[in-house]
Amino acid sequence: MARKKSFNKNRSLPKSPTGITGLDEITEGGLPKGRPTLVCGSAGCGKSMLGVEFLVHGATQYNEPGVLMTFEELPEDVIANSRSLGFDIENLIAKKKLFVDYVRVERNEIQETGEYDLEGIFVRLNYAIESIGAKRVVLDTIETLFTGLTNAAILRAELRRLFSWLKEKGVTAIITGEKGEGTLTRNGLEEYVSDCVIVLDHRVIDQVSTRRLRVVKYRGSTHGTNEYPFLIGETGFSVLPISSLSLAHDVSSERISCGVPRLDTLLGGKGFYRGSSVLVTGTAGTGKSSLASYFVDAASRRGERSLYFAFEESPQQITRNMRSIGLNLEPWLKKGWLQFHALRPTLYGLETHLAVMHKQIQDFNPQVVVIDPISNLINTGSVAEVRSMLLRLVDYLKSLGITALFTSLSSKGEASLEETEVGVSSIMDTWLLLRDIELGGERNRGVYVLKSRGTAHSNQIREFVITSDGIDIQDVYVGPQGVLTGSARLAQEARERAEKMVRQAEIGSKQRQLNRKRAALEAQIAALKAEFEAEAMEAGRVLAQENQLVKQLAMDEIAMGRSRGADKRFTNSNGAED
Amino acid sequence: MELKIKVVMKSKTKRVAHKSRSQATQPGDGGHYDLRLYVAGQSPKSLAAFANLKELCETHLTGKYRIEVIDLVKKPQKARDDQIIAIPTLVRRLPQPIRKIIGDLCDRRQTLIGLELSEKVES
Repeated sequence: MARKKSFNKNRSLPKSPTGITGLDEITEGGLPKGRPTLVCGSAGCGKSMLGVEFLVHGATQYNEPGVLMTFEELPEDVIANSRSLGFDIENLIAKKKLFVDYVRVERNEIQETGEYDLEGIFVRLNYAIESIGAKRVVLDTIETLFTGLTNAAILRAELRRLFSWLKEKGVTAIITGEKGEGTLTRNGLEEYVSDCVIVLDHRVIDQVSTRRLRVVKYRGSTHGTNEYPFLIGETGFSVLPISSLSLAHDVSSERISCGVPRLDTLLGGKGFYRGSSVLVTGTAGTGKSSLASYFVDAASRRGERSLYFAFEESPQQITRNMRSIGLNLEPWLKKGWLQFHALRPTLYGLETHLAVMHKQIQDFNPQVVVIDPISNLINTGSVAEVRSMLLRLVDYLKSLGITALFTSLSSKGEASLEETEVGVSSIMDTWLLLRDIELGGERNRGVYVLKSRGTAHSNQIREFVITSDGIDIQDVYVGPQGVLTGSARLAQEARERAEKMVRQAEIGSKQRQLNRKRAALEAQIAALKAEFEAEAMEAGRVLAQENQLVKQLAMDEIAMGRSRGADKRFTNSNGAED
Repeated sequence: MELKIKVVMKSKTKRVAHKSRSQATQPGDGGHYDLRLYVAGQSPKSLAAFANLKELCETHLTGKYRIEVIDLVKKPQKARDDQIIAIPTLVRRLPQPIRKIIGDLCDRRQTLIGLELSEKVES
């Protein structure tokens, strides 16, 4: 009811930022200013740490001095514990930015008789607040009073008074409480502190622990209601508000090289889309990590920053191995463009892994991320959990426009090659499959693009060759004898070359033969022609002789006739006499 | 006001101490009681505690006690130094070990147990 009423005003609800990564996002600005917030959870879940960070950030970032009233930890312990997270509490105390008061409650030292109140605590708190002008107060864990004092009725009344007094004082307070059986806190503190309740949880599933945080209640404000994983890392507390599953991130049409030019060719000539998610699957030893390293190297060459999460090998091992195939990653490491982050998958729970990665990504701000391999994460959770975690990771990376390459080990067996163990292929944009091809007593690597959204990719299997000079992609031999790779391919190629040479030689000799034949025929033709011409000339000469003879005979007859004085008959007798 | 009480008490205890030394029933128990009563202003509980304490001491510790009243409203830092959480609190500083009794001391038997005086009283 209350929430509904003040819903419209939630923009004006003043908030006190905690300075804790993620928590301010979930609470949309911080804890309710000037009001107490209850932080509860079981032992060791990080309540005190949250409180201390709230104070330290307040003192250092928001100019809000704070008071830590600790009922359990000695001030020296608080100082020592915080030093490991880089907080210099002693310095803050010296600068009057922080006031630490340890309240010792020992039941066997205290005898109760008659009426009393907790004015002593009020006095101490008031003194602490006034002496440094505190705006923030942390009471850790005030429930200890219940173990030290027996009169619960007085205690409850006094706590109620204390919390309203804190409100009057206008300080933003965190009150921590131990988780009870079926209740948020063992002594029902939630009855008194109802403006904001945050529950911390520390679960152990399959021997792996995961810390989670949930804002149960935030009066007068909207807030994220999910359980968010959180970390207490080297730099303190950080919460990861990553569960948005909206598909609304910006996309880029820029293409980036995957580091192997011929593989880019396979992917429509230009490589991956920037901001896409790439899955590289393959059986053991097919070159997944090598491909990932080339991808990282290409990014570094472009002057981009890359983050490499290694779940199998140590950074030193990866750099050494990559050197052996002609890839030197060290300059990039030295320049700070490449960062390795090697972790054992079983070190944390999945959520924590996600949180760690999230934090690393946030801190390093890379353009390229490699996770090698995701299949190892299965050791730490069920398939559904791993899938959901990866989904969130992919989503997060996409929202930041980071190009991510995931490798995944496929188990042996044909059936499972084209499916990932964790079933994440559907959320990937590009899927490269590396497989081994056993042929002729050899085991060679083949690569093909199983899918690549938005690119005209090749459908061919190529041979993936790893030499001491690097990765190369070769055409595989596809012929009547099937797909040939490795030396079988080389042998086949040699055989083909030989056949070709033989054929070429044959063609040559045929050509020569033909030429010879033509020359011979042409010579024959010339000889015949000469013979004919000679005969034709002879025939002409004979004909002319004959004509001459006939003419001569005719003239001789006429001349004879004339001399005989023949008559007309003689002129016609020529024909009659014949 | 408190200060006045304190001064009066101090002179009184000193005065009584001379007399009671010979009367001490069990001289072996260390004898002297150094008590501090922490109050916050003139609250009814504080006043009641002081009255109850004074009466008890006069009855059971005649001449071998000293009461110091500390008002936390005036000296708030004392609350931190002496680990005071409840008001009123009576602290037995001597004899050792330190004992703390909280409340207005209306239950005399409980108070005596707290001061570890009950057995002596019964005997």
